Amino acid sequence: MNILHRIPAADPLLEAESFWWQPLAVIGLKVLVVFVIGLVGTMFMVWFERKIVAGMQNRVGPNKAGPFGLLQTLADGTKLFFKEDLIPEKADPFVFRIAPFLAFVPAFLVWAVIPLGGDFTNGHDGTVTWFGEVTRVQLADPPIGVLLVLAMSSIAVYGVMLAGWSSGSKYPLLGSVRASAQMISYEAALGLSLAAVLMTAGTLSTSGIVSAQSSITNWHLLSTGIVPFVVFLIAMTAELNRPPFDLVEAEQELVGGFHTEYSSIRFALFFLAEFMNVISMSALLVTLFLGGPQPLYLGGTDIFAVLGPFGGTAWLLLKVFAFLYMYVWFRATLPRLRYDQLMNLGWKVLIPISLGWFILLAALQVARDSDVSGLRYSLIVAGCLVGIALAYMLFQAALNVARRNRDAEGAAY
Amino acid sequence: MELLVFVLASAMVLAGAIGVIACNNPVHAALGLVLTLFGIAVHFVSMEAHFLAAVQVIVYAGAIVVLFLFVIMLLGVDRAEDLSVEPFQIQRPLAVIVGVAISGLVIAAVVRGRSTLGEQLESGVPGDDNIRELARSLFSDNVFAFELTSVLLIVAVVGTVVLTRRQRGGASK
Repeated sequence: MNILHRIPAADPLLEAESFWWQPLAVIGLKVLVVFVIGLVGTMFMVWFERKIVAGMQNRVGPNKAGPFGLLQTLADGTKLFFKEDLIPEKADPFVFRIAPFLAFVPAFLVWAVIPLGGDFTNGHDGTVTWFGEVTRVQLADPPIGVLLVLAMSSIAVYGVMLAGWSSGSKYPLLGSVRASAQMISYEAALGLSLAAVLMTAGTLSTSGIVSAQSSITNWHLLSTGIVPFVVFLIAMTAELNRPPFDLVEAEQELVGGFHTEYSSIRFALFFLAEFMNVISMSALLVTLFLGGPQPLYLGGTDIFAVLGPFGGTAWLLLKVFAFLYMYVWFRATLPRLRYDQLMNLGWKVLIPISLGWFILLAALQVARDSDVSGLRYSLIVAGCLVGIALAYMLFQAALNVARRNRDAEGAAY
Repeated sequence: MELLVFVLASAMVLAGAIGVIACNNPVHAALGLVLTLFGIAVHFVSMEAHFLAAVQVIVYAGAIVVLFLFVIMLLGVDRAEDLSVEPFQIQRPLAVIVGVAISGLVIAAVVRGRSTLGEQLESGVPGDDNIRELARSLFSDNVFAFELTSVLLIVAVVGTVVLTRRQRGGASK
């Protein structure tokens, strides 16, 4: 266990003097909880989405299996297990088999770094004591924290891409080329808005980011200005291939996109990964911008204080729920974007805005760090605004020139 | 424990590298490259360079190889190529010479660096601080080289766009 001791601050658990059954029990419990949350959460999410969409479309939705149709997903999943597993003749068998796992495993691993609870009130750093061991309510708290999530979301691109390619058929290939172009494009905006949060928090570790948001005015939603939050939300929806950005699946044009040729349990893995990503990315959004398990004081009281140590978890669940509902709402109301609209939004709107905002925040941070105040601070702010206005005008001029050139060449769009 | 991690990661790196060379199918070769990059990331983690490990996965595995795959898919060269045709007669002997030269350089660097590397490792800062150290060195000591690299990349991108667009314009006229 030598190497574990040398990893600094990965988890206070690993720095304990004696290493006996308690740390192992705590780690085993955490792994189990994260695994179960992933699966049960996904099951619930599928039901939740079907039920809410049904409500919005004036239907009943699943209502036969179990109370309120809650067991419908379980029934569907069991059915998928027993379906015949087809591999198309033209498929590349090896890549075809590993692609679902490349989509599924990253979706699970994101849960490892999200703080699922813990006591962050009154300046506590979120550690709890279980079996006499000090630990955090998250599977791992590596020093690179959020970068792990980015790494996982970039690995998830492989799942989609290879699934489409290895199917050996044209609709999946078109779907996967679209999907990977979309995911790579929006990853830039996602990363830039994330960088704004990391700069304000001054740390990469997720528990550090949560501790930095000790009151509602410190929530990164407000302390970074609303802009990174909005950009992150849109880019995240595109990363997840959720409506209105579900061009990847586009039933009417692509017969379902990259997973057209998949059946049985392999299809179920893609399905599971997609819904699990919705939940885990919502949890990440809450962690980054809305304080994660931090309570919201309504009139000076924490309404979940009665739950004691589970108060943080209750807050996290409540906040995540709000976003899950929002995603279902998006799906029920917004029409799908056209492909050129998608690319325009990503490259010409979201990336410039998030980059400009990031530079603005960096300038203000430097000003604050070097203790300028009063008139000089307002001069800096004015300078930043002038710079942004200039950059915006240059950008618009460049777009106009590009449009004119396209028209001159007789492009169709 | 450390030895076990080293052996496993090295096995990943070597298996991936052999896969890149031995696979006939370009997509399989690209996947071999991903395996190699992951092995190197594991090596970085075991040497406490967490940030480098994350960047390795995000940039190399997540962006560059994805781009490779993208090009392979778009160009449709995902079938085994005929290796008997050789456009440049000299390129195989040249590849052998360059390969031997590069491996010689790497071995020489390791042999020479063994004495000095130990001292630098002792003075190194562990863990979360290595992001701070990296940033300080990039944006203060080596800022000139850093900025020049970014200019180089921009020039490359603009050059590519200009070259491809000119061709298309000429064709339409």
